[in-house]
Amino acid sequence: MKHTISVLVENKFGVLARISGLFSARGFNISSLAVGETEDPTVSRMTIVVEGDDKTLEQIKKQSNKLIDVIKVIDYREGEFIDRELILIKISFTSKNKKDLLAAVDAAGGKVESSGDRSICVEASGDRAKIKTILELLKPFGILEVVRTGRIAIDTTDKGLKADGKPEVNE
Amino acid sequence: MKMTGAEILIECLKREKVEVLFGYPGGQVLPIFDKLYDAPIKFILVRHEQAAAHAADGYARATGKTGVCLATSGPGATNLVTGIATAYMDSIPMVAITGQVKSFLIGNDAFQEADITGITRPITKHNYLVEDIKDLARIMKEAFHIASTGRPGPVLVDIPSDIQMQQCEFEYPDKVSIRGYNPTYIGHVGQIKRAAKAISEAKKPILYVGGGAIISNASEEVTELAINNEIPVTMTLLGLGAFPSTHELSLGMLGMHGTAYANHSIMDSDLIISVGARFDDRVTGKVDAFAPHAKVIHIDIDPASVSKNVEVDIPIVGDAKLVLKELNKFVKKPDTKDWIKTVAEWKNKYSLKYKDDNTLRPQYILEQIYEATKGDAIICTEVGQNQMWAAQFFKFTKPRTMLSSGGLGTMGYGFPAAIGAQLGKPDAHVFDIAGDGSIQMNIQELATSVANKLPIKIVILNNCYLGMVRQWQELFYNHRYSYTCLNGTEPDFVKLADAYGAVGMLITKKEDVRSAIDKALAINNTVIMDFRIEREENVYPMVPAGEAINKMIGGGLA
Ligand SMILES: Cc1ncc(C[n+]2csc(CCOP(=O)(O)OP(=O)(O)O)c2C)c(N)n1
Ligand SMILES: [Mg+2]
Repeated sequence: MKHTISVLVENKFGVLARISGLFSARGFNISSLAVGETEDPTVSRMTIVVEGDDKTLEQIKKQSNKLIDVIKVIDYREGEFIDRELILIKISFTSKNKKDLLAAVDAAGGKVESSGDRSICVEASGDRAKIKTILELLKPFGILEVVRTGRIAIDTTDKGLKADGKPEVNE
Repeated sequence: MKMTGAEILIECLKREKVEVLFGYPGGQVLPIFDKLYDAPIKFILVRHEQAAAHAADGYARATGKTGVCLATSGPGATNLVTGIATAYMDSIPMVAITGQVKSFLIGNDAFQEADITGITRPITKHNYLVEDIKDLARIMKEAFHIASTGRPGPVLVDIPSDIQMQQCEFEYPDKVSIRGYNPTYIGHVGQIKRAAKAISEAKKPILYVGGGAIISNASEEVTELAINNEIPVTMTLLGLGAFPSTHELSLGMLGMHGTAYANHSIMDSDLIISVGARFDDRVTGKVDAFAPHAKVIHIDIDPASVSKNVEVDIPIVGDAKLVLKELNKFVKKPDTKDWIKTVAEWKNKYSLKYKDDNTLRPQYILEQIYEATKGDAIICTEVGQNQMWAAQFFKFTKPRTMLSSGGLGTMGYGFPAAIGAQLGKPDAHVFDIAGDGSIQMNIQELATSVANKLPIKIVILNNCYLGMVRQWQELFYNHRYSYTCLNGTEPDFVKLADAYGAVGMLITKKEDVRSAIDKALAINNTVIMDFRIEREENVYPMVPAGEAINKMIGGGLA
């Protein structure tokens, strides 16, 4: 099972190493990780997609929470969040298939960001399903390179997420 | 007033009421050592940095205060690593201070540079590299706070030598505010009431007590819960001393080398009340087969320990002492008469035994140390058979008297830990129960011990073997003693003691044991007692790796 969690951390040197070190030391599988500053410059937000059963997820949350530089860990529930990923794809073309390629990019919802003599660079973003479809549609043309940002996520409730400290852990 | 980084550091240690500092000098801590020269802090010069960390750890375990150690950059810092990892596994409050190469050289493979914050990241509760002298006082304050609160642990502070020499205004913060760190101390009332109800309804309850109970000074509350409600108590290696082993409700230690009656009792129980223990694999054995009929109440300050290894029915996150105080108010005494009877029968039937002949056996030595000191001693141990015999045959009756590397199982821990303990408790009888292998891992500390006139008694249970490993080779590797026999290659420990200015004693006969111990106790100096024990004595009972803990070898017999 894949889970998406969001981790608010102190925006300090070395914090990424603490998180990634924790995950590798405890054998947690990261499928994707994206980091960036938040509305509060002292806080960074990591969106981590992890693989594991409920018990593993529970440990991941608790162990992450134990890190002093971790301010909050949020586990997204199905249906209560949106997630997006940005990808850049370089695709080769020939004079024969260029038109088909551009049509395919268009149909897939991608944007051509640069075009050269024999290749184009396409930008696309979307949720997991969308990214998958785009890659499948473009694959037959010959993908030269794919670069992905990793997923970021936000919940769709009316509340904002404040970095006001860890919640009381009381079960 | 402006102060240098080194002065600020010393001032912080003073504010934190640090009385003893264990360490070793070097190039990148010269400014600190210069200030230590006339600081009102007792500095203990060890002979290897690993011992500084273990000594700080032993000091912390014996006194409950935070232990502090100091080393130079590079090799000094890396030598601390085993000691830090040992403290981390056993949740010991420690602050380790290291010098680092000058800020502008960091990352350049400078002379004696090691990325010690990187190296210790997985074995510290938290660590810091000081990048600006203005942060130093706050970092020190936070380091002591983090090390000693919540689930304690080691915190390392790495200070580049240029920062030790820079100047800034000193201001010690009186409060710590770390938004990501708010340990839960008070247990959830609803959960405590549920636990009380479960205890009141239990027919076969058992208290399972770990190092957390010692750390939170919860012995009194554990004892009250056990005695008022007639609940038998078993302890982990680190929990020994939390409840008096001499009490009839005590089942001693459980687990791989626990007593058979403790293991049978927990396996047969219908309610486990876990206090500051973590269901470690040395305790549970085969986890799927562990205590199949038991409901579990788990009291722990670390939420991550709860439901990690076994499913928990009633988790209570909080400080063991505070939680038990509340719990004790609500528990109605369960009817455990039949249970107590059964447990007592087991205790009788499966009591710890050894062959009581004329041979010099280690178990007898431990019993005699107990008799000679009337149990009033701090027992540090090394690792191996010696450690297990100490746990089994010395009757621990008070908290903070059993100092042993449980989680990491570090050979070489006991002696430096004894140094720390003796400095923290100058009037106590401090013993290091050692193996002939382990003692050689930090034997150089004889110099430290003698220099500081510490009356530590080192008891070498000398089997001329790496005995515990040999035992496994005997039982599971067809008697193939691959590189575990030290016979013929060992030093003369008596001469060695003499060479260091300590006192050495050789004891080869059973009838000489008691008089030797009495004699050693009267000597106001470090003493090595080299007991030549039955070489192939095994630690029993024993649960083979991966077995259920009631499947014991040698459960009832000697
Ligand atoms: C630093 C370290 N290295 C290796 C081990 C593995 N080990 C565990 S017990 C043991 C033998 C200990 O021998 P000794 O100190 O003579 O004690 P005995 O078991 O004979 O009482 C060894 C090698 C360890 N625990 N720690
Ligand atoms: Mg030995």
